[in-house]
Amino acid sequence: MVELVLFVVFAAAALFGAVTMVWARNPVYSAMGLMLSMFSVAVFYVSNGAHFIAAVQVIIYAGAVMTLFLFVIMLIGVDKAETRTENLPLQRPAALGLIALFGAGVVVAGRSAWVTGRTVSPGSPIDGSIEEVGGELFNNWLLPFEITALLLIIAAAGAIALAFFRDDEEGDA
Amino acid sequence: MTVTPGWYMALAAVLFVIGASGILLRRNALVMFMSVELMLNAVNLTFVAAGRELNVIDGQISVLFVMVVAAAEVVVGLAIIVAVFRRRKTASVDELAGLRG
Repeated sequence: MVELVLFVVFAAAALFGAVTMVWARNPVYSAMGLMLSMFSVAVFYVSNGAHFIAAVQVIIYAGAVMTLFLFVIMLIGVDKAETRTENLPLQRPAALGLIALFGAGVVVAGRSAWVTGRTVSPGSPIDGSIEEVGGELFNNWLLPFEITALLLIIAAAGAIALAFFRDDEEGDA
Repeated sequence: MTVTPGWYMALAAVLFVIGASGILLRRNALVMFMSVELMLNAVNLTFVAAGRELNVIDGQISVLFVMVVAAAEVVVGLAIIVAVFRRRKTASVDELAGLRG
């Protein structure tokens, strides 16, 4: 019963946040909507037993990533609200048609039975604590975990390299 | 009435579709980027719900890796958007037609 109430409330919040993100003309409102969606998803993680993932979601996504987004929004200016006029006349109806088609495809795919070969594992329900996630991560997924360290270093170096670009090198714009 | 993992997957599908519509309908590169993040979040929710249904923790491990890759993607993507803005003074993808030939 508690889970039902939580699901209904935070599903509404997540959908409201997502629609706000797409619909708002001011990018700051978009960021706030996305943050609401991310918090709601963190609540869903908790109700699915993924406690550590929920904490990581709040810290990394709702904390770090959204702060970075807001920094960039402030950096490149929020005063220029996007106009809704479309240069290509058929683009918007075509986009809406594709969205409807995609949604229908998701519904059809979700209602049919899929056989993945994976059966329900026996044992007590997982609780997603740090011990359980860490044990799995460092026993069975150690190499991918190490590779993510390499990936993060490459991303950091790439961001620094991009920040070093200057306008006066060639300056075609 | 109990909440089954299928409910979460349905909600995740709706969130994914909303994110995809953001990609298609918006022209602000930042909002398009946020839509990508929303789609990643929807897929993460699917992973967690499926892991609960199958009673395995692999779904949560996958979510952890998706989060790491998304963090790296945000760093590089926002750096690219800032670099483009410094050069072109715009964040609208419609005005970036330099490759049109």
